[in-house]
Amino acid sequence: MAEYRLTPPLSEADVRQLRVGDLVTLEGHIFGLRDATLIKMFDRGVPPPVNLNGAVCLHTAPNVRKVNGGYEKVCIGTTTSSRMDRFTPGLMGQYGVRAIIGKGGMKEASLEAMRKYGGCYLAIVGGAAAWETERIAVIEGVWWEDLMPECLWKFRVVEFGPLIVAMDSHGQSLYAAVQERARENLARVLDRLNIA
Amino acid sequence: MPRFSKGGTRVERGTLSEEFYRLVEETGKELYIRALKDLPPDVRSALAAALARETSGVARQVLGTMLEAVRIADEKRTLICQDTGIPLFFVRLGSGLGADPVEIERALVRGTERATREHPLRSSVCTPLSRVNPQTSTGFRIPVFHWEFTREHDDLEILMVPKGSGSENMSFLKMLIPADGIRGVKRFILETVLEIGANPCPPYILGVGLGGTADLCMKLAKLAAVTRPIGSRNPDPEMAALEEEILTAVNELGIGPMGLGGITTVLAVHIEHADTHITQNPVAINVQCWPARRARARLTADGKVEFGY
Repeated sequence: MAEYRLTPPLSEADVRQLRVGDLVTLEGHIFGLRDATLIKMFDRGVPPPVNLNGAVCLHTAPNVRKVNGGYEKVCIGTTTSSRMDRFTPGLMGQYGVRAIIGKGGMKEASLEAMRKYGGCYLAIVGGAAAWETERIAVIEGVWWEDLMPECLWKFRVVEFGPLIVAMDSHGQSLYAAVQERARENLARVLDRLNIA
Repeated sequence: MPRFSKGGTRVERGTLSEEFYRLVEETGKELYIRALKDLPPDVRSALAAALARETSGVARQVLGTMLEAVRIADEKRTLICQDTGIPLFFVRLGSGLGADPVEIERALVRGTERATREHPLRSSVCTPLSRVNPQTSTGFRIPVFHWEFTREHDDLEILMVPKGSGSENMSFLKMLIPADGIRGVKRFILETVLEIGANPCPPYILGVGLGGTADLCMKLAKLAAVTRPIGSRNPDPEMAALEEEILTAVNELGIGPMGLGGITTVLAVHIEHADTHITQNPVAINVQCWPARRARARLTADGKVEFGY
C-alpha cells in the first residue's frame, strides 16, 4: 500500500501507478457532477463547457448559498456512484476524465473503461459531508445552473483525502473482491440457518 | 354527495389560535435543520461501538471518518450529510388538543420551505417526469406525512426524518407465499443485503416489514428503519429473536463500512410486523444509512416545545 499526493489534471502515468488499497490525497481543482449533469452530456449530447482532460470528477450535488457573483459552500458531500455507471466509458473515453471520486463503487463497465483508458475510482466516505466540506476551499466555477443543484461545479480542494483507491486501471476492484467473499459467506450462513 | 350536519350548526373544528400554528411552523423548520446537524445519541454510540469492534485498517479508517464528520458538524453547526433527503413527518396528535390536522400539515410545509430558503438547504425534491426541482424541498404530496391519533395525551408529537436517497433507493418488497415460510423471508433479506452491497452507506439500520398488505408491509419497513432508536427491540419476543438472528447473520457477510470489508454491515436490524392474509407472506426492506437522522418535538396547548430525538 502506497500513499500519493496528486494535483489534477492527471496524466495516464499518474493513474497507472495506482493500485487498489493505495491512498491518494488531492490538491488543486476537481469537478462536481452527477445524474442530471451526465444525462445532459450523454443523453442530450451537450458537450461540457470546460476541458475535462485529465480531470478528477466528484459525484456530488452540493448545498450552496448564493452570493454576489457566485456560490458559497454550505455542505458538499458525495452521492451513490452506481447510478452513474453507464456514463463512465464516455467520461473517460470521450472527455479524458482520469479519476472519479465516489461512494459505493461502480460495476464492470466502469472498471473496463478504467482499464482501457487509464482511469481509477477513489472511494470517499459517504454521509461524511461535514468532513468533506472542510477540505473544499472554494467553489470556483459553475455551469448549467438550470440543473441546480446538479450543475457542473468546479471546486478548489486542499488536503483532499486520504481517498482509497478502490478500483484501479489494472482491472482490480475492492468492491468486487468484498462482494465475492460476501457471496461465499452468504452460502455458509444459509447453510448454518438451514435455509440454503 | 350526502351532507352531514348537527342540528344545522357547524361542528367546532378546534380552539387553538393562529399563534399555535405559527409555533408548529417554527418547530417544523427547526426540526428539519436539527435533524440534519445533530445525530441522535444512540446512533453515535453504535458507531463508536462498531469502531471498537473492527480490526481491519480500512474499516477503522472509514468509521473514524464518520465519527470525525459528526464531530465537525457539532463544532461548526453544519450538516453531517449533504443529502437533505425527502422530508418525512410522523405526526401523533392527541385528541384533547383540539388541533386541526389540515392546519398542522400546512404549517409543517411552510416550515420545511423556510428551512430550505433561510438556512439555506439543497432542495432534493423534483417532479417525477419532467424532473423540475421547485427549490423548496416540498412538492406534490411531499413532505410525506404519517398520521397517528391518540387519546394517550393531549399534545402534538412530531418526528422529522430527512430520508436520504442512497438508502431509500435500496427498498424492496417481496410478496412471498405461505409455502415459502420464515425460511423464504430470511433468504430474501440476506440475498437483498448482498445485492445492495456498498450502496446505502453501511453500516446502516436494516428496516424489515413483515406481514400486512403490500403498502402496509413497506410502511412497516419504513417505520422499522427510521423511527426506532438503535438498541430498541420489537416487543414481541419471537420478533425480537428474529431481529437478533438476522443481525448476526448479516454481519457475517463481511460487507463492512462503506462496503470496503469488515464485520459491521448493519448497526441494527429492526422488524415491524402486522397480521396478514392467509395466502400472503409479504416481506419489505427499507434501509436507513449510517447518518440515521431524526429529530423529535412535543408541543403542548400552552405553547411549550420540547425537542428530542
